[in-house]
Amino acid sequence: MSKVLVIAEHNGAALNPSTAKCVACAKQIEGADIDVAVFAASASAVAAEAATISGVGRVLTVEREENDPAIAAILAPQIAALASSYSHVFGPSTAFGKDIMPRAAALLGVNQISDIMSVEGTHRFKRPIYAGNAILMVEAPADSVVVATVRTASYQAAEGGNSAAIESTTVDVELPTHTRFVEVQTGQSDRPDLQAAARVVSGGRALGSEENFELIYKLADKLGAAIGSSRAAVDAGYVPPETQVGQTGQIIAPDLYIAIGISGAIQHITGIKDAGTIVAINKDEEAPIFEVSDIGLVGDLFSIVPELTDALS
Amino acid sequence: MEKILVGLKRVVDYNVRVQVKSDGSGVETDGVKMSINPFDEIALEEALRIKERGEASEVIVLSIGTADSQQQLRTGLAMGADRAILVETDTSADPLTAARIFKAIIERENVDLVILGKQAIDDDNSQTGQMLAAVWGRPQATFASEVSLDGNTARVTREVDIGLETIEIDLPAVITVDLRLNEPRYVKLPDIMKAKKKPLDQIPFAELGVKSAPRANELQFEPPEGRQRGIMVDDVAGLVAALKDKGLV
Repeated sequence: MSKVLVIAEHNGAALNPSTAKCVACAKQIEGADIDVAVFAASASAVAAEAATISGVGRVLTVEREENDPAIAAILAPQIAALASSYSHVFGPSTAFGKDIMPRAAALLGVNQISDIMSVEGTHRFKRPIYAGNAILMVEAPADSVVVATVRTASYQAAEGGNSAAIESTTVDVELPTHTRFVEVQTGQSDRPDLQAAARVVSGGRALGSEENFELIYKLADKLGAAIGSSRAAVDAGYVPPETQVGQTGQIIAPDLYIAIGISGAIQHITGIKDAGTIVAINKDEEAPIFEVSDIGLVGDLFSIVPELTDALS
Repeated sequence: MEKILVGLKRVVDYNVRVQVKSDGSGVETDGVKMSINPFDEIALEEALRIKERGEASEVIVLSIGTADSQQQLRTGLAMGADRAILVETDTSADPLTAARIFKAIIERENVDLVILGKQAIDDDNSQTGQMLAAVWGRPQATFASEVSLDGNTARVTREVDIGLETIEIDLPAVITVDLRLNEPRYVKLPDIMKAKKKPLDQIPFAELGVKSAPRANELQFEPPEGRQRGIMVDDVAGLVAALKDKGLV
């Protein structure tokens, strides 16, 4: 009998959609009991939200002042302590999960299965390697706990409508003081979150400057879309790093992805291959982005993008 | 601070388009160009800059693998590392075993700071740094885009999904680096010649007394499902029509 513990990602006030995606992955394990753990200073709002996710049996809350904001060295020993009654511990393959889960896995003496894209059995999973150029089916050792991160772009969030029990629990572990949160700077934007957005407009090096990215912003605002970018655009300083899509940036799966002035390096493609529809606008008809796009338009982005923005009224 | 330890992993070069073998037993690596994992080059560059600012006295590079990895270690020495260690294994080490190997070397060498790439571009696991911090019982600062040292603490800015997070950690510690931290230097010919004279110690894995971690079986490799090439439109009107067709606008 599989028992899965999903580690909730949240900002102290609201649950991140990555959590319901991890639950969707856990539901692929036949007959699994699924619990969600919320580590927070004050967990009630987040726990209430987690309790609505379909498939969740219990929500466990672990409230400690030190849990806000999340720090890997603080959370990992608590996760490891809770893990003893579970066969699987899942977290999202986001910056949060990638930071924390391997630390918990090491404390449990196991390797982690990174970026699950499909469940093939209780201990069999498929995951991408080499920037998505190969898919590897792995089998985790049967006699130890499976610690894994879930590739969120491979899963639709599990639906709501549930009302799982919420239980408060404590874990008796000593927490280190060697790691201290200082601050977080977020891009001030009213636009949708890149991970959660149904539509994403993404710009590349061909934009040529930070000022020219205004074209991307205008189109995105017309569509109610989030902003994405290629590594080249971030390296050139046109847009902040949290907009980067690809192997080393964010892996996303919006319904609509519009790639503008992005040539389509394999490292970028791997971040968007689960998108519903990919639109590519590029002046080079040989650009690899056209190999994977559903709708392609060859031409000058500086005339096409304003025209498109106007046409979408 | 005395010593910084940097991991250098030998991986298939960034520019190679990897092919899965037809029998699904692995990916084709015969005759393929191998390089230092690009994130590890950034890690080494950061270590060298710290040393050049006078904040550390020695930079050691460590690789785990067959004798072939000497090539990447020599490149690291040519970039400016003081000496190299190769822990010899027949197969690639899994992340937890790699973390345990790093810890064994840390204890031998009395290391103050470990800088690693945030992930290797072959397995894309992104585990070793976090696992090392766990087994060592020390702080981790992952996905670093800015590092500054102040005595026994480091202030690290991390690239996270919502922006940039800054944390302060006590040394010794593990830092894993992201792309934007720095731009690694190019190796010059005289440096390659000089690197040949720098020490490169080879230690058989068995000599370290490190226990191998349980690892997942790699059952089957397969090529990814490709996306089909779609339609090309001639102009914006055609694009809008195609989007409307799909019910997207």
